[in-house]
Amino acid sequence: MTTTTAPPTPPGAHLPEHPDFLWRNPEPKRAYDVVIVGGGGHGLATAHYLARNHGITNVAVLEKGWLAGGNMARNTTLIRSNYLWDESAGIYEHALKLWEGLEEDLGYPILFSQRGVLNLAHTEQDVRDSVRRVEANRLNGVDAEWLGPDEVAKVCPIVNVSDDIRYPVQGATFQPRAGIAKHDYVAWGFARRADEAGIDLIQHCEVTGFTTDGDRVIGLRTTRGDIACGTVALCAAGHTSVLLDELGIPAPLQSHPLQALVSELLEPVHPTIVMSNAVHVYVSQAHKGELVMGAGIDAPTGYGQRGSFSIIERQMAAAVELFPVFARAHLLRSWAGVVDVTPDASPIIGCTPYDNVVLNCGWGTGGFKATPGLGWCLAHTTAHGEPHPLVAPFGLDRFSTGALVDEHGAAAVAH
Amino acid sequence: MQLITCPWCGPREETEFHYGGAATVPYPADPAALGDDAWARFVFVRPNPKGPATEQWSHAAGCRRWFTAVRDTRTHRFLATVDIQPEVPR
Ligand SMILES: Cc1cc2nc3c(=O)[nH]c(=O)nc-3n(C[C@H](O)[C@H](O)[C@H](O)COP(=O)(O)OP(=O)(O)OC[C@H]3O[C@@H](n4cnc5c(N)ncnc54)[C@H](O)[C@@H]3O)c2cc1C
Ligand SMILES: [Zn+2]
Repeated sequence: MTTTTAPPTPPGAHLPEHPDFLWRNPEPKRAYDVVIVGGGGHGLATAHYLARNHGITNVAVLEKGWLAGGNMARNTTLIRSNYLWDESAGIYEHALKLWEGLEEDLGYPILFSQRGVLNLAHTEQDVRDSVRRVEANRLNGVDAEWLGPDEVAKVCPIVNVSDDIRYPVQGATFQPRAGIAKHDYVAWGFARRADEAGIDLIQHCEVTGFTTDGDRVIGLRTTRGDIACGTVALCAAGHTSVLLDELGIPAPLQSHPLQALVSELLEPVHPTIVMSNAVHVYVSQAHKGELVMGAGIDAPTGYGQRGSFSIIERQMAAAVELFPVFARAHLLRSWAGVVDVTPDASPIIGCTPYDNVVLNCGWGTGGFKATPGLGWCLAHTTAHGEPHPLVAPFGLDRFSTGALVDEHGAAAVAH
Repeated sequence: MQLITCPWCGPREETEFHYGGAATVPYPADPAALGDDAWARFVFVRPNPKGPATEQWSHAAGCRRWFTAVRDTRTHRFLATVDIQPEVPR
């Protein structure tokens, strides 16, 4: 055996030790009690609550890319629960309450900042709809107020509430408990906890097909070999249709690009979140200082994580109209995710024609805010084989029964 | 900006066009015979392929005519644009 001496290290080239990894990178086992398809926020939160609330830990989360590199890495992190209908208030408010204690539960910083959200009204119809939503929110125990233009300016002094814009601000709903969080930290916090509980997080493992036996799925075909399963929970967001096509389950989903953008870093100028469905933009300022903006989906479907620049142009025009102070801010980056949109702008959660497959999809443009609430309820649904009461109204069967949960009014700009 | 070839006007900027969803969705031959699930499927469920999709587009800010396009949803690339397919006689 020969000994080799390491070449001399040039000055300054000493790297610090790699920090501790937050999770293992295990080889997939050949079978699990529960297999979660999709390692975004929802898959990871479901894994955490399976362990925490139900003691189920023989679980794998299979992720085709890197952990939380899909919409979880791309969203604009708005968290709120001021949706119109009782069904939505139920799940989103459950989630918001969990957000309020999540840092403690995960033992990990998530920078949850409850800075409130203003949903602007620009027309008389907007005003009527908004006041109605405030009343509905209050009846459901969701904090909500109606503010006139002067009060809007007090909450957010940089919004242009003057009359000399195309669609003057007539007022806004305000939910003080709404906020933003650091999306990556949220994913890592859930992942770390799930891993600690013994759950296998398996990256670069794409599910390409299923082996079925009657009305059960007995195994998954993956790019890292076949894996047998007790129960399967689908959390594939924008790619859900690809999996459902494999299973032969028809579902009303359309996958669209959804874009967002950030400005360069600025001094703190924007104290809250402002959304405008009519002028079509929403803006917050991230902890580091960049303005974070988004709007609606690109109309054509697309799986390419890429959208049209005309959409970005339009939302910047809206932003500059509402916030004249942004006129000289530079656009730093824009990007897109693939979001799975349903006809009623509400998610699809629950059982499927297969006995042991539970489905979670259709969150479209607004599922980040639901992450802990959905994880809680999907873990319950997976553990008990029947929907948690808070997600029961969101089953696939609602498109046959007609009991839609139409949230276009509260979710049109969405998020 | 992406260019889309209108079968009548030739290549034009994408903002002149309106996306009209999946093409070739036939109206049910015997609507009265459909149960709730079949209706739900007709009203709400559309193909959502990752790959070539057959779609309806209209040249809204141009000749205003509808046409059929085959577009790859992974890349947004148009593989073909042709005159709208004549309605299948029932
Ligand atoms: C630009 C943008 C802005 C948004 N803003 C907000 C917002 O402000 N507030 C809000 O509440 N929501 C927002 N959303 C929506 C939110 O991001 C999504 O609803 C939510 O992230 C979906 O759940 P997820 O985190 O599990 O999805 P994802 O992170 O997309 O996770 C799904 C995972 O499944 C994996 N996968 C797919 N197919 C397979 C397969 N066959 N095998 C293995 N793995 C697979 C994917 O790689 C992906 O990692 C926004 C979305 C985008 C794109
Ligand atoms: Zn034309």
